[in-house]
Amino acid sequence: MTVPTTIAHPPVQPTDATAPPSRRALKAPKESYKVNWPLTIVLLVAALTILIPLYFTVVMALKGPSQTGGTGLETPNPVEFANFPAAWVTVGFGRALMSTALVTVFSVIGAVLASSMVAYAIARNWERRFFRASYVYLLSALFIPFPVLILPLIKQTAVLGLDNPVGVILLHVLGGISFFSLLYIAFIRSIPVEIEESARLDGASTWQVFWRIIVPLLGPMNATVAIFAFLGAWNDFLLPQMIIADPTLQTLPVVQNLFQGEFNTDYNLAFASYLMALAPTLIVYVLAQRWVLSGVMRGAVK
Amino acid sequence: MTLPTLLEAPPRDAGPAPAAAPPRRHARLDRTYLVMLVPVLALFSLFIVFPALTGVLFSFTNYAGYGDWKFIGALNYVNMFKDPTILQAYLFTFFFALVSTLVVNVLSLALALALNAKIKWRTGMRTLFFIPMVLSGLVVAYVFNYLFSNTIPALADSLGFTPLASSILSDERFAWIAVVFVTVWQAAPGVTIIYLAGLQSIPGEVHEAAELDGAGGFRKFASITLPLILGYLVINVILGFKGYLGAYEIIVALTGGGPGTATQSVAMKIFSGFTGGDYAYQMANAVVFFIITVAISLFQLRIIQRRGVSL
Repeated sequence: MTVPTTIAHPPVQPTDATAPPSRRALKAPKESYKVNWPLTIVLLVAALTILIPLYFTVVMALKGPSQTGGTGLETPNPVEFANFPAAWVTVGFGRALMSTALVTVFSVIGAVLASSMVAYAIARNWERRFFRASYVYLLSALFIPFPVLILPLIKQTAVLGLDNPVGVILLHVLGGISFFSLLYIAFIRSIPVEIEESARLDGASTWQVFWRIIVPLLGPMNATVAIFAFLGAWNDFLLPQMIIADPTLQTLPVVQNLFQGEFNTDYNLAFASYLMALAPTLIVYVLAQRWVLSGVMRGAVK
Repeated sequence: MTLPTLLEAPPRDAGPAPAAAPPRRHARLDRTYLVMLVPVLALFSLFIVFPALTGVLFSFTNYAGYGDWKFIGALNYVNMFKDPTILQAYLFTFFFALVSTLVVNVLSLALALALNAKIKWRTGMRTLFFIPMVLSGLVVAYVFNYLFSNTIPALADSLGFTPLASSILSDERFAWIAVVFVTVWQAAPGVTIIYLAGLQSIPGEVHEAAELDGAGGFRKFASITLPLILGYLVINVILGFKGYLGAYEIIVALTGGGPGTATQSVAMKIFSGFTGGDYAYQMANAVVFFIITVAISLFQLRIIQRRGVSL
């Protein structure tokens, strides 16, 4: 399904993935090895492929229409901040941001709760045929390409009155179940049952065991699932575009197509809007990059 | 990671090691577990499995997306194989997926090796190179659309380099290069992270031993690094290929499938069934696409099992 496949799901080695840089940073501020300068320079040049499109987006967003010609790489002069409020109004940015935020928040919460619950039930009842069969059943969805589902889904959500952000949330959660419960089951299998059994002897119910013991122990995996679910929901174009019928409820990526009209020449407005759409994930990533990268790396091979 | 876990997952018979202790086997089933599992299973069936089945059903009708319909047997499937635009979409999609898989993996492996090497500012470099992972593919493709259609031609023009002076996006022969470029730009970080994880799982002593034995850089890579990360390579190739077969949003934002139908993917063709009045016909297309995807996945899994790659 979309959610798991669109984001790459990497592997790891939970601890040594991110630990080395941080430990090194604490012990010795300067690299303790002999720096490979030629390779560093090659990488710096390669980094231009990342930096140029970002730089380009920023300068385009800061120019007036008269400065747009040429390569577009020239620095803006004068700087035109008015593009941002104008783009905000034109695309109905506030509304779209709200819609995207709601879809993302509930998709993440739903993915974490539903997947961990299902995984816990399956992992702790592996000896029962029904639970084993459920596992295979859920996994089979990993093989269904999204284009196969979408046409009937559009009809079905419309009939059920789910052709809105609620339907998109539901589909994000259900679409992610296969992959996320895989991650959780692998993790839960490493939690000794003895921990739960002592709580049960003290009279805790299965729900209490789940909430008070399992969910906290799942901490690192919750972070991993949340990151995947967040990126999947926030950047998703396909589901909202196909499912949400009311344009005023559309999400951020979808409303950007406003600037794709054949006769549209409002490039600066468009780029101001692109920049505002890209900024939230970019800022969160840069601020929390160590945490994000370790979470993503944990999501993979064991 | 999907595949490794998937392959190793079905915890052979007794399952989650600790849970399999004999006393639990005949214990009464705690209903709570059913409450946790069954509602999700029901919703999953209703929103994932049921649509897939109705889709298969409709592929045998003449449903236009609205109005009446009746069963017409396998006619849609027969017509599909005679339809040159469908054939072209399949050819393009496979070509695109193959090239993208190849380029993404070669570049990502090189990048992972570099980011794992003794470079200056390692943490900062990693942060920088993984940025595309968090950005919306659609918006990124819009930005590249402008770069390809305005900036590069303008640059080429001022440098007097005529082959690039017109937009690559409007050139039927080369538009796919732009699509591959943006796909690689967006997909490489995720793939690189997997390789980086693989590289970090190799103990440092292994390389030191090889160096003592006089192995050079390339020799070390070919005889030590590559075999040790083969499992990661397999995962990246399988997942990547399946993902690129479903290519959609980057193409929509870059070329819209054009010029003409030069870069139209199968997914775009299928989605057109919603507005194009050929709903049932495109459902047949979707079913064929599904069968091909599953066949390829199973084929790749077979090869892995035969080679005995341990994941």
